[in-house]
Amino acid sequence: MLKDITIGQFFPGHSIIHRLDPRVKLILTIAFIVMLFMAGSFYGLAVGMAFVLLSFALSGIPFRMMLKSLRPIMPILIFTAVLNIFFIKTGDVWFHWRFITITQNGVVSAVFIIIRIVGLIVGSSLLTYTTSPIQLTDAIERLFAPIKPLRRPVHDLAMMMTIALRFIPTLIEETDKIMAAQKARGADMESGNLVKKARALVPIFVPLIVSSFKRAMELALAMECRCYHGGEGRTRMKQMKTSLRDYASLALTAVFIAGVVFADKLGPKVF
Amino acid sequence: MNTFLSAKNLKFSYINNMEEPPVKTEVLHGISLDIKKGEFVAVLGHNGSGKSTLAKCFNAINTADEGEVFSCGYDASKEENLLPIRQRVGMVFQNPDNQIVATIVEEDVAFALENMGVEPEEIRRRVDEALKTVDMYEYREHAPHKLSGGQKQRVAIAGIIAMKPECVLLDEPTAMLDPKGRAEVMKTVKMLNEEMGVTIVLITHYMDEAAQAERIVVVDSGNIVMDDVPKKIFSQVEKMKSLGLDVPQVTELIWGLRQEGYDLPEDIITEDECFEALLGLLKPDVKE
Repeated sequence: MLKDITIGQFFPGHSIIHRLDPRVKLILTIAFIVMLFMAGSFYGLAVGMAFVLLSFALSGIPFRMMLKSLRPIMPILIFTAVLNIFFIKTGDVWFHWRFITITQNGVVSAVFIIIRIVGLIVGSSLLTYTTSPIQLTDAIERLFAPIKPLRRPVHDLAMMMTIALRFIPTLIEETDKIMAAQKARGADMESGNLVKKARALVPIFVPLIVSSFKRAMELALAMECRCYHGGEGRTRMKQMKTSLRDYASLALTAVFIAGVVFADKLGPKVF
Repeated sequence: MNTFLSAKNLKFSYINNMEEPPVKTEVLHGISLDIKKGEFVAVLGHNGSGKSTLAKCFNAINTADEGEVFSCGYDASKEENLLPIRQRVGMVFQNPDNQIVATIVEEDVAFALENMGVEPEEIRRRVDEALKTVDMYEYREHAPHKLSGGQKQRVAIAGIIAMKPECVLLDEPTAMLDPKGRAEVMKTVKMLNEEMGVTIVLITHYMDEAAQAERIVVVDSGNIVMDDVPKKIFSQVEKMKSLGLDVPQVTELIWGLRQEGYDLPEDIITEDECFEALLGLLKPDVKE
């Protein structure tokens, strides 16, 4: 079950999306999120979704990864759908039984919101799928460079992010091992009510935290051995250069945003 | 100057601040050791003997309480010498997972160079070179957690040799690896020493690895008790056993046979030598 976590996973590749400047990618992702929220009709939404699918196709990431990224948010999707269907009471009534009323508007807005959330998740996970965490944190570091004079520890935060992302798979592996070890000693993690289940997690988290501290000490030592002394005077192997394809992708995104606005004028408004 | 790492009357203590009053435990009781440039030295000693502590003193991670430590001519007790020493004396640790910082192999190898402020093109060149040296070039874009233990450890070594150090200290680099990974790492270490002239200090528990060194230093409870070539060290089977250490399997076999009265040379440490000696014993007429 822990293997399903795809947050921060990166799939190395050489597609056009992989080669975009990470700063541009970050800006594009934010622009894309704004685009999806601007869309007020199914036409606009369709343009936005076309953008996601196009980016995904260009990135060469397997389609099933897109579905995989959606799995953890399934409960949220279902919850939102249920809320919309049962609590929007305007429009034509399709179904009525005692206090339950299902209206056309409710169903329409449920579908609309689900598509929008799916688009958001898929589009933003494309960012982490195609950008290595170091590049990503680098991009954040550069984009926030203007606030450095305000004495914000931008480099340190970026470094912390990198290390955190680096250790996600390692710690997941370790959690699996500890769970297996505790099960081998007769720990029961599946049965009982919620409180009991939560208690059963204590013998997993305590060793995990202890070993994380040990890891942190060793990592700090290894970093020191490799001359780490903060962000001062550091250089980077991968320089960030904006090239023609970055401008092209910015332009393309702008066209799509305009497309969303235009398409919205054609179709009936949902929101 | 021929001496590369040197310690004179080095004393070091760990202080446990958790206790009240703080408890001071002396781990190294006045060690003197000189290691020459280009040497391949193995350090043996059972757990807690102070061998890792000694290595960390040469890398300026631990600062001596008493005595002096010089690494490639720099006084390790001076704060301003920290970075020059660490560039020249690299250190590889036991657990490869805990020394890899980045999520992509090549970015991890570049880490030290980025810290040193090397120019980007130069970093690229040195990273590629280091990865080719440890034979991991085709994995440069992989995620470290998907590699085997031996491969991870080679990436860690690449991260060190990208700095172009003159000496590499390896603290039980093979302890967490399977036999295949161990063989890969040992091959890399020997290559560094023989082809690139890097001084190697290898801390290990494996006697067959130590047998490949030019010189063995045995540390026991914070003192150096033996310091000689492997053949001389391992021929003292009883003394090694009294220190809680083993000898290579073949040496033990020959030693056992000698105890039984067979006429065999006492300085056998490799399988080939053992094979020859046994062959000579079994078929004296074949041995022309």
